[in-house]
Amino acid sequence: MRHRLTCIVCPLGCLIEVEVENDRVTEVIGYKCPRGRDWAINEIINPKRIVMSVVKVKNGKLPTVSVKTTKPIPKEKIPELMKVLAQIEIKAPVRVGQVILENPLDLETKIVATRDVESV
Amino acid sequence: MMESYDVIVIGGGPAGLAAAVKAKELGLETLLLDENEFLGGILPQCIHPGFGIHYFKEELTGPEFAHRFIEKIKDVGVRYQTSTYVLNIENYSDLEKKIVFSSPKGIKEVWTKTVIYAAGARERHAFEIGIVGDRVAGIYTAGEAQTLMDIYGIMPGKEIVIVGSGDVGLIMARRFALEGAKVKAVIELMPYPGGLARNVMILRDFNIPLYLSHKVVEVRGRARVEKIKVVKVDENLKEIPKSEFWIDADTLLISAGLVPNVKLLQRIGVEIDPSTGGPIVNELLETTVPGIFVAGNALLINDLVDYVAEQGELAAFGAKEFIENEGIPSKRWIKLENGQNIRLLAPHYLSGERDVYVYARVSTPMENVKIVFPEIKKELRFPILRPAEMLRIRLRAEEIRRAEKKITMEAIPQ
Ligand code: SF4
Repeated sequence: MRHRLTCIVCPLGCLIEVEVENDRVTEVIGYKCPRGRDWAINEIINPKRIVMSVVKVKNGKLPTVSVKTTKPIPKEKIPELMKVLAQIEIKAPVRVGQVILENPLDLETKIVATRDVESV
Repeated sequence: MMESYDVIVIGGGPAGLAAAVKAKELGLETLLLDENEFLGGILPQCIHPGFGIHYFKEELTGPEFAHRFIEKIKDVGVRYQTSTYVLNIENYSDLEKKIVFSSPKGIKEVWTKTVIYAAGARERHAFEIGIVGDRVAGIYTAGEAQTLMDIYGIMPGKEIVIVGSGDVGLIMARRFALEGAKVKAVIELMPYPGGLARNVMILRDFNIPLYLSHKVVEVRGRARVEKIKVVKVDENLKEIPKSEFWIDADTLLISAGLVPNVKLLQRIGVEIDPSTGGPIVNELLETTVPGIFVAGNALLINDLVDYVAEQGELAAFGAKEFIENEGIPSKRWIKLENGQNIRLLAPHYLSGERDVYVYARVSTPMENVKIVFPEIKKELRFPILRPAEMLRIRLRAEEIRRAEKKITMEAIPQ
């Protein structure tokens, strides 16, 4: 199967095509540098994303706190992680960088707060 | 006696925060005023990463970027006041301006020598882009939906159509999809996507269809949005007859671009550049009213927060120059004008006494382009330029001095 991607590593935005057969990359064309090539292969074989969301806060000046994963996680794990995040509720005050969850779903990442929430 | 300051910064977003920190560091008596309950402007609601790559050399989310600056505000001891709405700027003389504001403590007036106006932008609404139909619940601007979801934790809808493929629209498409809503389509008037490539990628991540050269023209529903009419447009953006189709949805998200927020400035006679929608400024970001500076999205719509912060700092430097010299000293001003394929640029007047960063956007996507400044014989080559990405080009003082009266900026094929 042929995948078409616009490279986002640099502003050039090369159109890269990756051919995959039986889970193996057989051809990559269109890149202008090796960084783009590596990015495109990863993007097809093992795409990862930083995930961000908000989680509920009890007794806070705001009802939510924004959070993110400290590392990119595999794309297909995102819906599952979002479900975990939807279920938690933490107590104010919350500080930027505070760990909300250690190693959720064994993804080898942490969920950290990205803003402060004062308590009421 | 009335309080008086060297600088009053209006707006506590990234431009205002950076301006206030720099002004204080330069030794100016500074007061920062913001209408929200908390500092940061729209950053606290922009929970996605992608901020500060140039400024902090690491990738932060919006709230984290704001947090760093708010810490700096506290470190250097800038006075600030939130929940404060500036009602008026009164211009008595070059070095005497009165700021009238209301806060929970009542209405107050303070004197200042200079103003750095960093009030950001507003979003364009449905009526500005020609959408007709029922006035029902379920129509939001992207920023309104973002505030609801990411500050207050409220989902605005389940089946969403987004108008506009700029960065804000694309980022909201991802937020909705992540939260389990169905994003049924992104509708873009132009034949190319409006956002940065890394954000266009979001559509592929979530299998969201993008309709280029299409337009939302009508919304129907009883109490809430039920269906949305879309038509195709030709290369002159004219609707193509019989090309219409309806999409069932309960929510319409308008992400049709931002307009600099300049109402207060217009009232005191600041001249506006119709192509940026923001004030006409010189290289220190001073407007046509002496002592009034502008930075960030109130100046022109930026793509990166890093540039916004940079403009804030430059305006602070401008305020210092202004106070020390009782005006910005320059023997002559050289006009910088947008020529072929340059949709907008700033600053508009250059002195040739210092290096300047020019911020500009091209009119359409172009490959193998030359950016040329014919009067000063400067040329730069780019493999590709898109309107979504702001160009930032350094002109050196000695280059600027080569010009007699004006410098034109053009984007032409190589
Ligand atoms: S392939 Fe290389 S040159 Fe092309 S966009 Fe990617 S990083 Fe840039």
